[in-house]
Amino acid sequence: MSETIHITINGIAVEVEENTVILDAAKKVNVVIPTLCYHQDICVAGNCRVCLVEVTGQKRLAAACATPCEEGMDILTNSLKVRNCRKHIIELLLSEHNSDCTKCYKNGKCELQLLASEYKIMTQDFIELYKEKHHTIDNFSPSIVKDDSKCIRCQRCVRTCEELQGVNALAVAYKGHEMKISTFYEKSMNDVVCTNCGQCVNRCPTGALVEKNYIEEVWDAISNPDLHVVVQTAPAVRIGLGEELGYKVGTRVTGKMVAALKRLGFDAVLDTDFTADLTIMEEGSELLNRLKKVLVDKDTTVALPMATSCSPGWIKYIEHMYPEYLPNLSTCKSPQQMFGALLKTYYAKVRNIDPKKIVSVSVMPCTAKKFEAARPEMLGSGYRDVDYVLTTRELAIMIKQAGIDFVQLEEMEFDRLMGESTGAAVIFGVTGGVMEAALRTAYELVTGREIPFKNLVVQPIRGMEGVRMSSIKIENTLEAWRFLEGVELKFAIVHGLTNAKKAMDMIKTGTADFHFLEVMACPGGCLGGGGQPIPTNYEIRKKRAAAIYAEDMGKPIRKSHENPEVIKIYNDFLGKPLGELSHKLLHTTYQLRERT
Amino acid sequence: MIEQHLLLKRVDFIFVQDTDWEKILQKSIQRPKQELINELISSELKGRGGAGFPTGLKWKLTSEVESDEKYVICNADEGEPGTFKDREILTRVPYKVLTAMAVCGFIVGAKNGIIYLRGEYKFLEKPLNEAINEFSYFCKKINLDFTVKIFMGSGAYICGEETALFESLEGKRGEPRNKPPYPSISGYRKKPTVINNVETLAHTYTIFKYGAKKFYDLGVQYSRGSKLFSISGDTPKPGIYELELGMSLSDFVDEFGDGDTKAVQVGGASGFLVPRKKFHETAIGYQGKLVGISLPTGGSMMLFNSSRSMYNLLDNYLEFFREESCGQCTPCRIGCQQLLAGIKAVKKGERPAPYLNKLLKLSETMQFTAKCGLGQSVANSFASIVENFREEMIY
Amino acid sequence: MDSLHRRIVALADLHGRTRESLLPILQGVVEHENYLSQKSMVEISKELDLPAAEVFGTATFYSFLEHRKMGKFTIRVCKTISCSMKGKNQILLAIKEMLKIDIGQTTPDGRFSLVETNCLGWCHKAPAMVINHEVFTELTPEKVREILGEYLKKEL
Repeated sequence: MSETIHITINGIAVEVEENTVILDAAKKVNVVIPTLCYHQDICVAGNCRVCLVEVTGQKRLAAACATPCEEGMDILTNSLKVRNCRKHIIELLLSEHNSDCTKCYKNGKCELQLLASEYKIMTQDFIELYKEKHHTIDNFSPSIVKDDSKCIRCQRCVRTCEELQGVNALAVAYKGHEMKISTFYEKSMNDVVCTNCGQCVNRCPTGALVEKNYIEEVWDAISNPDLHVVVQTAPAVRIGLGEELGYKVGTRVTGKMVAALKRLGFDAVLDTDFTADLTIMEEGSELLNRLKKVLVDKDTTVALPMATSCSPGWIKYIEHMYPEYLPNLSTCKSPQQMFGALLKTYYAKVRNIDPKKIVSVSVMPCTAKKFEAARPEMLGSGYRDVDYVLTTRELAIMIKQAGIDFVQLEEMEFDRLMGESTGAAVIFGVTGGVMEAALRTAYELVTGREIPFKNLVVQPIRGMEGVRMSSIKIENTLEAWRFLEGVELKFAIVHGLTNAKKAMDMIKTGTADFHFLEVMACPGGCLGGGGQPIPTNYEIRKKRAAAIYAEDMGKPIRKSHENPEVIKIYNDFLGKPLGELSHKLLHTTYQLRERT
Repeated sequence: MIEQHLLLKRVDFIFVQDTDWEKILQKSIQRPKQELINELISSELKGRGGAGFPTGLKWKLTSEVESDEKYVICNADEGEPGTFKDREILTRVPYKVLTAMAVCGFIVGAKNGIIYLRGEYKFLEKPLNEAINEFSYFCKKINLDFTVKIFMGSGAYICGEETALFESLEGKRGEPRNKPPYPSISGYRKKPTVINNVETLAHTYTIFKYGAKKFYDLGVQYSRGSKLFSISGDTPKPGIYELELGMSLSDFVDEFGDGDTKAVQVGGASGFLVPRKKFHETAIGYQGKLVGISLPTGGSMMLFNSSRSMYNLLDNYLEFFREESCGQCTPCRIGCQQLLAGIKAVKKGERPAPYLNKLLKLSETMQFTAKCGLGQSVANSFASIVENFREEMIY
Repeated sequence: MDSLHRRIVALADLHGRTRESLLPILQGVVEHENYLSQKSMVEISKELDLPAAEVFGTATFYSFLEHRKMGKFTIRVCKTISCSMKGKNQILLAIKEMLKIDIGQTTPDGRFSLVETNCLGWCHKAPAMVINHEVFTELTPEKVREILGEYLKKEL
């Protein structure tokens, strides 16, 4: 039993448990203490000093995020001393920060700017230090732009990269006035272990880390009458976009999003969910194929467990960190890339459009997708599968730029031909979703019966724990799948690359007994992706997950193999899963990368 | 004037060579632990690194925490400008420090001791290791399970801050931690840790050898015992002196000044500059009931005569802090840069003289808000120099 | 296995392969190579299974763990107050003139690098400098020229 501590905050009595920090105690009585380096998802740093409060009787102020409450503390969060010091701290941060706000991508969305505005910092008495520091902007990465002149050294990015992702592409380097956030040897983000996951971007309070945006390029394409510009949208975009446009967290805006995209002037508005369903067909077949080789053919060259390959941050991570396990990756391209490849082949053929004139745009909850689209492996159609990748945030900006009153829009439906999708595809946006979708199809394929869960909800694999494991016993199989009779199919689901590391280390040490591994690079899966609305935290991710599951429930078809457009494309174009054309267009290879 | 001030009195404990350390160690570890702690507490020895935390209490707190693993760390990261006494202790009487560490280990229940030696003193590593070898041999002989090893620093003033030192020992950047928890609960490797300055440990040796009274009888109330002073600057006799605490700065300047002393920096760059007109009302010791100003110090005493520019002095200190700040917290990292840029701007006439007031306010903010002692103490020298020598800052 | 790699493996064998071994290993490399090259940091990060950026971030915190190419003998002249008062600038000038390098530079033959450093702890014998780990105090321009003369005779 922990002790109860009695304190007062601004005269209000509060009871808290032992070891509660002042910041959390203040929340209990609705006292807001400003923060910058603090973030719920990562460990406490206590270095920005914005959250300082006065503890009566102590000369020095205490960092509310890092100071545990002690019995009898009398805390003031808005005393003259606190106000004066806090103002100084903000002024200092501004003096080291490139405050050319009107020219900043984060203008209006910057936590430092907001704080400066709240505290009405109207003058800059201090000497502007950032001008003397000769900062360079690193924009070599296709995904992320790092501008040190805007960095306030809060280290949120460093803690994110280390604690949530275990990547450590970013570290704190040098000391004193030269201290900065740096990659190894100050290389470009493009030349180091960065997975482009964008979790740092999601947590950067200023414009120091932002996505590389392709807004102007997409506007240019749309405005060019000679080009046929097609957009695809990922599952998690429709449950995140609303947050940028006036809706509460967890609101589904699929129909309005489609309507807005049409108003923006795209020639066709299609759905990545279509290729998510297709992924299930390909990846499910690949898994069954691998199982057969191992169980029946006793083929020892086949790598198990098989790991999903939809998450480009995960792909780059395994290429850097566990290159010896690349054979374990499914060879399937991600839904985005499958879509792009089919757009410039199948779609072009059916619509009779010269693929050279098709511009393939995607809207993704993800910054790593920008990198993925630029990979040299992604030219299976003879063209670049995806030309431009926009994040959910960039789409929101375009909608605002176009003067669209999003809330008032009439809902519309995706165009057809690669616009149809199922509930199984929608749940790709949440951790565990690919696994659940695959199980819905594979189980039925093998046994001829629906997966034995009420409403097709595979509850045991849902949730937000970082590593989840489960299994399902396969019984009474159809004749063709006899070799699976009585097999207990085991699977593991991880999200956040730190958890991916746990799974990989299990494989490495031979303690992994699962057959199939789903990895999503970002916490919560794509719904918590690096391209999603800011802020993010556990509560927000849970609400977005609920929205995705609701979207699934609302779909008339909820199993990938029943998607009529998927059935049609196999009949008309691809032949069969893992067939020759599939192999050319829908599958890919990986590369070895250095660990620096 | 201040009658309670002692006259300047030289004493000689620390550097007295003695061959008794084996006996002292053996005798001490046969005494009840509580008795040893009481001895230390009644001596009123306070930390000689500069912060002045009561040593007996520190050991007592650590001894009371239950843990399978505890550490004794000797802080030899002597980096404060104007301080060089710890180097001499480790050169001339290392066995006193080692003995003190072992007794401390015995009291608190620690089996491992580490000396964090600053990189600048690399030349000391070899002779010190020889002393450690001899010492370890004896420990084995008397079945005392206690080992000492040296950990070399690599050039970072901030690592003298105890939690930064732990980080450095753990192979990381020397960035101070949030406190609480304090080292007695969670220090090196998150285990209960006693961390003491070299000189503090050497004084405990004196106390264990002669008893608390001999130590207590030196000095004045709240500032008991003797202290090593590192004396440099404009003085005809620079060097290290062991003096009783509580002396007045006037007497000090009479003894060590060159007859033209304009100001004395007490406690290094993180201490205070005392101008001539305040010599008589300033005493050297810990804050207490002394009349007038009482300045604690890690022992750095730098004298400046009338040929010296106090602007240059401050400029030099701020340059030091700007580089030696770890850089993690806002007030220290940016504050040091602003103070330096600010005084330069005033000197060049790019900012009006009243800008100094804004800078004084800023230094006060740093004192209230910085994460560790470095940032908090920049205000000491800044305010004492700017307030006492304002003209020199402007013209 | 090249000599650098062998050296790092040997250092790791000696000090261990935990995070706590990082500083002693970095120091050991600087001892022999004069500085931490990109290659050496990569090797260390692999040997200790630490992220390379962490190794870089830690190394750059410490003034003596140089990551820019340094000469065989690094001259560190103390610039803190006592030394500054007692003629540090004349000392620097004497070195600069004799070696024809500025602060932060290395002689073309790779023999000497010149840097300034913070308090060395020899304030009572100012001005002071260290060459690698050897301390020289109460310097005068003449004395400095003599000292450097001796270092010029040493084998490269």
